Amino acid sequence: MLPFLTRRLLSMAGVLFCVISLTFLLVRLSPGGPFTRERKLPPAIEKQLLARYHLDGTLWQQYSEYLGDVLQGDLRLSTKYRDRSVNELLAQSLPISALLGVSALLLATVTGVWLGSLAAVRHGTLTDTAAMLGALGLISIPTFVTGPLLVLGFALWLKWLPVGGLNSPASLILPTITLAGPAIASIARLTRTSLLEVLHAPFLRTARAKGLSENRILYVHALKTALLPVVSYLGPLAANLLTGSIVVESLFNLPGTGSFFVNAILNRDVFLLGGVVIVYCVLLMGMNLLVDIAYTWLDPRIRLEN
Amino acid sequence: MTRPPSTSRPGLLRRLFRRPAACVAMLLLAFILLSSLLLPWLLNTDPHSTSPHTFQPPSFTHPFGTDVNGRDLLARTLEGARISLLVGFSGTLVSLCIGTTCGLLAGYMGGKTDALLMRLVDILYAIPRLILIILATFALDPLLQRWLAPIQDGRWLGYTKIGILIVALGCIEWLTMARIVRGQVLSLKTLPFVQAARALGQSHTKILIRHLLPNLAGVIVVYLTMTVPAVMLDESFLSFLGLGVQAPQASWGTLLSDGAQSLNPIRSHWWLLLFPATAMSLTLLSLNFLGDALRDALAE
Repeated sequence: MLPFLTRRLLSMAGVLFCVISLTFLLVRLSPGGPFTRERKLPPAIEKQLLARYHLDGTLWQQYSEYLGDVLQGDLRLSTKYRDRSVNELLAQSLPISALLGVSALLLATVTGVWLGSLAAVRHGTLTDTAAMLGALGLISIPTFVTGPLLVLGFALWLKWLPVGGLNSPASLILPTITLAGPAIASIARLTRTSLLEVLHAPFLRTARAKGLSENRILYVHALKTALLPVVSYLGPLAANLLTGSIVVESLFNLPGTGSFFVNAILNRDVFLLGGVVIVYCVLLMGMNLLVDIAYTWLDPRIRLEN
Repeated sequence: MTRPPSTSRPGLLRRLFRRPAACVAMLLLAFILLSSLLLPWLLNTDPHSTSPHTFQPPSFTHPFGTDVNGRDLLARTLEGARISLLVGFSGTLVSLCIGTTCGLLAGYMGGKTDALLMRLVDILYAIPRLILIILATFALDPLLQRWLAPIQDGRWLGYTKIGILIVALGCIEWLTMARIVRGQVLSLKTLPFVQAARALGQSHTKILIRHLLPNLAGVIVVYLTMTVPAVMLDESFLSFLGLGVQAPQASWGTLLSDGAQSLNPIRSHWWLLLFPATAMSLTLLSLNFLGDALRDALAE
């Protein structure tokens, strides 16, 4: 276990280094700087600004200095939101995005597994067809269509929930449902397919022969095995939720990390962009590592050393 | 030497046509594709011409209504269809080339090549894909603009973003394809017919192209049908965020972004959201249906 973890952490650090370098160099190499405006700044002022944000000197100097700062945990000042550090902006926005992401993940997993097993158990019935049609629909309709439709229904017509912004816990309900939608569908499809395969496995006949109750067979024996593909899907799912959250946050005007990401690109705010990319990469790689560990715990045939 | 007729292909198609859902999906796709190509020519409307009739609800002259600049939404939706489908299909083609080549090489060569390629796939899986695409578009677009500006008075300038999107999306969406193809090759290459080909002294390239590739066609086609909607969704995400296709051109993502912004409690211009959303959802739904049906037909 320990050598596996060390190797994984080392390779994660390597990937992170590449991504940070790529982000910084691409943004700095592309034309237009963070202080390029319609009206040109006087050269003296621009020079001063660049010096203040450590963006003067050769590209190599800027890059190596930036890497040094990042290693010390200083993500520097944002060039757009003047006088505020990237650490501060992230500390403020990350909890909102994390709450949204985690609740969407939970909602998607629970609802998806429930719908999928329902469809598998009632294979070939109307419930099965309806659930799978609904799932296909949810996968095919982009979140930026379902989101506005939910707002139209629940916020504008019924007036049950707020339209957007972040004033109360209730304002996270619609974004969570919107974000979880396609994920529910994918998980339901996966669960159904793999449970259908497991339901014909000999070990379930043995369990039945032992006289176990049908519920125990389904929820303890079959589902534990059938959930393996679902667990391995959690890694890609985290990636989908990350990109999805960017859209959902802009749809519902939530002050989360995703909105910073888009703004940082449009404003060439290189340090803010770097900070967001670091956070996203760490989250995603951490999730993938967790999935791999969970996998061995669920399936004793797999050993991490290999 | 003539190649014996492949036995799997016509069978697969016949099995596919037996499924009503697949037939409906294919008809719908053909309808959307044909109307996006032919209707603008028949109706003779320009998606970019503005008029003082802004925010007109659907009427006889403007079946889908008009937008904030008085442009005909039907013409815009059809233009969006052309661009979204173009990006979806071409991006998938790019991913097909990269994914199949990598998968074939990794599976067939094994050893160091396999380890190297699969590590690359693992690493790319771990990076948020959309971030890479956004960075690539962002960095490459100005370069391509500068390069294309002198050619034919810059008439290609409007298309740089689309070109970059196609390549970038294709370069990101090949990962799963490579894994699937590699897995198939790993099991195929142990079969007697490959060993026989090798014993006959056929070159590796020939074995890869003449013997392995035809056997992979089914899996590849199934996965391709599922990649197209994925690429289209990614493109619309980017365009929705204002990072993809640029005005005055419009893809379904851009139109939906306009539509979503027009929803407000005072006056909602529902047609701006309804028509592009229906068109896009129907297309993605048909593609997904077709992919599912193909997979089932293949497994039958």
